[in-house]
Amino acid sequence: MGTLSFDVAHLLAGGLVLVSFMMLYQDRLYALLNVFALHAVVLALSVAWQAYVQHAPHLYVTAAIALLFKGMVIPFALHRMVIRLGIHREIETVVGVGMTMLAGMGLVALSMVVMLRVTPTADPLAREDLAFALSVLLLGLLIMVTRRNAVSQVVGFMSLENGLVLAATGAKGMPLVVEISVAFSILIAFIVIGIFLFRIRERFDTVDIGALDDFRGERR
Amino acid sequence: MDVIADLTVQGVQMALVLLLAPLLTGFVRKLKAHLVRRQGPSVFQPYRDLLRLLRKEVVLAENASWLFRVAPYLIFAATWVAAALVPTFATGLVFSWSADLIAIIALLGSARFFLALAGLDVGTSFGGIGSSREMLIGTLAEPAMIMIVFTLALIAGSTQLATMADYMLSPAVGLRVSLGLSLIALIMVAIAENARIPVDNPATHLELTMVHEAMVLEYSGRHLAMIELAAALKLQLYISLIACLFAPWGLARDGGGIAAYAVGIAFFIVKLAVGGLLLALFETAIAKMRVFRVPEFLGAALMLGLLGTLLLFVSKGL
Repeated sequence: MGTLSFDVAHLLAGGLVLVSFMMLYQDRLYALLNVFALHAVVLALSVAWQAYVQHAPHLYVTAAIALLFKGMVIPFALHRMVIRLGIHREIETVVGVGMTMLAGMGLVALSMVVMLRVTPTADPLAREDLAFALSVLLLGLLIMVTRRNAVSQVVGFMSLENGLVLAATGAKGMPLVVEISVAFSILIAFIVIGIFLFRIRERFDTVDIGALDDFRGERR
Repeated sequence: MDVIADLTVQGVQMALVLLLAPLLTGFVRKLKAHLVRRQGPSVFQPYRDLLRLLRKEVVLAENASWLFRVAPYLIFAATWVAAALVPTFATGLVFSWSADLIAIIALLGSARFFLALAGLDVGTSFGGIGSSREMLIGTLAEPAMIMIVFTLALIAGSTQLATMADYMLSPAVGLRVSLGLSLIALIMVAIAENARIPVDNPATHLELTMVHEAMVLEYSGRHLAMIELAAALKLQLYISLIACLFAPWGLARDGGGIAAYAVGIAFFIVKLAVGGLLLALFETAIAKMRVFRVPEFLGAALMLGLLGTLLLFVSKGL
């Protein structure tokens, strides 16, 4: 494998981690959604590059799905949803951005330590992709944990899924059927989450998850 | 003879940075004025300002100590030495061995220290608030800068700027995420250190936000000229540092001869112009942020530097 192909793959996968950090940094919903669209675009580029390097044409389909659904349809739908919920001006984070970023750094370091220890004999490209994918996944979880607003938790969930796709394309030989079914299950999950959002909103007049805790009788 | 030639080249470098610095500041101001459809002063206005200030009488506060009078010269000297150490048009200068990135950061750090002390010295409330904010920014910008230096030093295998620039010119560099991350982090640090717009705006005297201006409010005459010149030099230093590390094309190699040096100088001026243009575009496109958002901004720079260092361990090279 040539240096250039490795370098570009490295660049794109590293860029995905960086965009995850940008998502962690945003404290406004609109900006968060825009960065999420960027995340999907970087993912699509990364997957397309893997398809080119591995000579696996079916990965182009995955890239197209990522670009079309996660890069355009879902951010657009979320934009409309945010406007309809009337929360497009809100700022929401649980703890300060600085602490969140530090926690994120810790997670990235952790995933690298784990992946580099576990896979010393694997192909360097796959190995590095796995390390990056694990960090994107953990950062997605961190976004879900540090946000109170249900919409940004959905974004965290979607970015977590982007990490899974990155891992799947790095490890060669995921069948197309699986990819398509994963993509569609995400779409279904998105629709279900969207319906839930409006239900939560109807019930509690807010999409702040803190309201659910009160409902269950747990006081903070 | 060699020694004399080497020393001449080094002298040219020192003179060049000193002469070009006000021009760069004037150029950025002119561009910014044009971008908002104003005429703007001539690009040579900073020279005129400096000459005017040098001719003017110094007005000192009654309770100003010797420190207040000495600080401008110390600040200017430290900044000039630091700016002269960055390879601008040639890498193999006589004092290249001392052009260590950490030494340059230390020089800038001591300049900042004296500026903050001078701000506190007269005992006005503005000076105090300026110094306090400057130290807040400094304590956050320096770790970020150090992380960037670590990343670059791990890639190039040295903290010496000349060696780094040579390595960046060689094909061994390749495409690396870490380099991109440290470039962005370095730009963020440079913006904060030079009191440019999202962090501070030296063109206004608005007490809510001013940092750099608040510290130098009490200065006048030649002292103010020294400080203004040091500020211009610092801006030029950061642009040439970024150019030397990330765009080292056209740098004259060791013993390149007159022609190579001339090409190097031409490239350097073009790089400064491009840097100034990008800075002006960025500054007109963005709004000033609140002072208390600056830690987040610099925290992001620190995070990028740290991420760059971490990602180095994943890439094949290390």
